[in-house]
Amino acid sequence: MIWVNWALLPASLQPAELFSMDAVFSIKGFLVLAFGGLMVGFGSRYAGGCTSGHAISGLSDLQLPSLIAVIGFFIGGLAMTFFILPLIF
Amino acid sequence: MKFIKFLLLGIVFGIVMAKSEAISWFRIQEMFRFQAFHMYGIIGTAVVLGVTGVALIKKFKIRDFHGNPILFYPKDKSIIRYLVGGTIFGLGWALSGACPGPMVVNIGYGFLSMGIVFLFAIVGTYLYGVIKEKLPH
Repeated sequence: MIWVNWALLPASLQPAELFSMDAVFSIKGFLVLAFGGLMVGFGSRYAGGCTSGHAISGLSDLQLPSLIAVIGFFIGGLAMTFFILPLIF
Repeated sequence: MKFIKFLLLGIVFGIVMAKSEAISWFRIQEMFRFQAFHMYGIIGTAVVLGVTGVALIKKFKIRDFHGNPILFYPKDKSIIRYLVGGTIFGLGWALSGACPGPMVVNIGYGFLSMGIVFLFAIVGTYLYGVIKEKLPH
């Protein structure tokens, strides 16, 4: 089936280490995707918006709370990129 | 059939997200590593256009498609919820490489494993609803 054939999807878009079927059916791979989603969903609700709600729409209305949220996005993103991801992979 | 305009807007949004590669884990990583202008260009362009659009809507009191005035309400003043909520969001964003919109676009693109991310994002929003009374806002 084309939908699950990893080889037919562009490798330049998503890393196989995270999204290939091999990764999904490993415990670590599944937990990475599950926790990633959990934090995005929880964080969006807690912060009252996501990238489009705060970074684009909120900043477009020059809302200070949205700027604080975007700073939070980067604190979390930088911490994950430079400290947590190197520990996981 | 009056909903078809929303459907068309969604389709355009999905195509733009996919073709601009804003749905890519690699592009998000390059953003957080300050290695590429790519995502800053996309978000920056959107904000410049958004600021202009909002200013024009306010100046000319432009109405929405029902004919109602478009109103902007200031968000509640707080620091803790935006900073902590934003940080949790950022952790998930850098890990999964997708915010809510791109998750759905990825599934449509064929990256079915993003369905797990999407499903757990919904669990996350539910979890917030369960414990929100205990959280500082």
